Amino acid sequence: MTRKGNKSMGAMGGLAALAGAAGLLLSGLLIANQAAAKSKYEVDGRKSGYHYSNPETNEMQDDDFLNPGMLWVQRGIALWSKVDGAAGKSCASCHGDDARKTMRGVFTVYPKLNKKTGKLENIEQRINRCRVENMKAKPWKWESGELLSMTTFIGFLSRGLPMNVKVDGEVKPFFEKGKAEYFKRRGQLDMACKHCHIDNPGKRIRADLLSEGRAGQAFPLYRLKWQKIGSLHRRFRGCNKQVRAKPYKPGAEEYVNLELYVKWRSRGLPVEVPAVRR
Amino acid sequence: MKSIAKLALGGVIAAGLVAGPTLAGDNMKTAKLASYKVVDDIAIPEPLAGKKGDPARGEKLFVARKKGNCLACHKVEQLKQHLFHGEIGPELSDVASNMTPAEMRLRLVDPKIVNPETIMPSFHKVKGLHRVMKKFKGKPVLSAQEIEDIIAFVQTLKMPKQAKK
Ligand code: HEC
Ligand code: HEC
Ligand code: HEC
Repeated sequence: MTRKGNKSMGAMGGLAALAGAAGLLLSGLLIANQAAAKSKYEVDGRKSGYHYSNPETNEMQDDDFLNPGMLWVQRGIALWSKVDGAAGKSCASCHGDDARKTMRGVFTVYPKLNKKTGKLENIEQRINRCRVENMKAKPWKWESGELLSMTTFIGFLSRGLPMNVKVDGEVKPFFEKGKAEYFKRRGQLDMACKHCHIDNPGKRIRADLLSEGRAGQAFPLYRLKWQKIGSLHRRFRGCNKQVRAKPYKPGAEEYVNLELYVKWRSRGLPVEVPAVRR
Repeated sequence: MKSIAKLALGGVIAAGLVAGPTLAGDNMKTAKLASYKVVDDIAIPEPLAGKKGDPARGEKLFVARKKGNCLACHKVEQLKQHLFHGEIGPELSDVASNMTPAEMRLRLVDPKIVNPETIMPSFHKVKGLHRVMKKFKGKPVLSAQEIEDIIAFVQTLKMPKQAKK
């Protein structure tokens, strides 16, 4: 693994001359480095959650040696060549030893239509389809270490590429349903996703700074609150529960449709898996 | 303004009665909902269930995260001993200079009558909600007494003239 390029030495040198106190120096460095990253994480005014996150978690995300999510990438790498199931195969048996060659870009176009079932399928479900149909193995459970690791690894392989889900043609009805979910008030507190993430980004709701909820390019991500990597659907469940609404099960059709809408809202934003958030 | 007592659609819910066919079988819980009369779409003049509010209790409910949690969205200068005031709604430090208790009551009971788009929860409503978690189903966020307590507290929120920005 290599350190990412956004630790710009030029910015460091310039600031070092200016800043006297060591504390000031350190926070100055973080801000200068992250200014560069921030411009990368904004496309046509659409801002990643990175913009609303704090400098400390962004620092962890930017540095592969500090980023705790990299542990799940490592586990994904190990699983890639692990034989499992009655067919006696690993992912590598069909997709090659070097996943970078076959899987780069794949993450950016999911959820996608499964032509066989006529249903929308997200990346976790696509991975599990390969396990069941091609490996004759059991599907990995939602939110299991294995499924999170493989999803994180496949996301990581698209790091830096723009999100690019298709929302027209046969997929349009799913997109419209997902959008409707986003605008539907729910729960005892009677709020829709849009009330927080479209109407109020940049404002504090108690201690939390609301983002635009544009994180289709960032999940699975490491949340300090969870002390582990979690899926986008886990985040959906949290956002449902905080308005006292019944969440759906991870992988439910409603969430896959919602995921398509959320990933469309992230269109053009570069993949940041594994991101780090509070 | 308050001359014509207009009944807002669904605004009158008889205490102790089933509020609608969708709530059939749930009447034990909905019995907690007080009846009220909305006037001119902006106010509920009569205290809910005839209750008298207590400002000290109201202050606690205003702050409590599992009750009013009003600080999640509103800044209140008088409560600055509590950390983290939200920025979603207007500051309420001087709200009593501009709003009557009757207007505040509707604001709390069902603010969507005033502004259908608002993010502010309807604190005394159980109808027309979608996918409410089981343990909150059929229950309003705040009881009639709790609404009156919060109104009594919010009524105290006035800034001295010179301190106004
Ligand atoms: C009451 C306000 C509120 C509502 C309603 C709400 N959320 Fe959130 N959401 C938050 C907060 C607070 C966070 C954490 C800070 C942030 O990123 O905004 C968050 C975070 C997120 C994130 C992660 C953003 C990131 O970059 O890490 C996503 C994705 C998200 N919400 C989606 C949704 C969806 C989808 C819905 C509707 C089902 C929803 N939210 C409803 C408050 C809300
Ligand atoms: C027996 C062969 C086989 C095995 C083993 C296998 N796959 Fe696949 N996989 C395929 C085929 C065939 C496709 C469809 C290729 C296509 O559509 O171009 C596919 C498609 C995929 C896709 C979607 C690619 C895209 O461009 O949309 C993903 C992701 C994927 N596999 C992941 C995995 C993972 C992860 C494993 C191991 C857990 C695995 N596969 C194991 C044969 C296999
Ligand atoms: C999720 C955010 C949110 C919460 C929680 C919330 N409010 Fe509000 N409130 C708002 C918004 C936004 C407005 C602005 C008017 C609108 O949206 O219609 C508002 C307006 C008000 C007003 C009218 C102020 C004016 O100057 O017109 C009062 C009074 C008020 N809220 C009181 C409360 C009280 C008391 C609580 C707690 C029981 C509370 N609010 C909880 C968001 C919230």
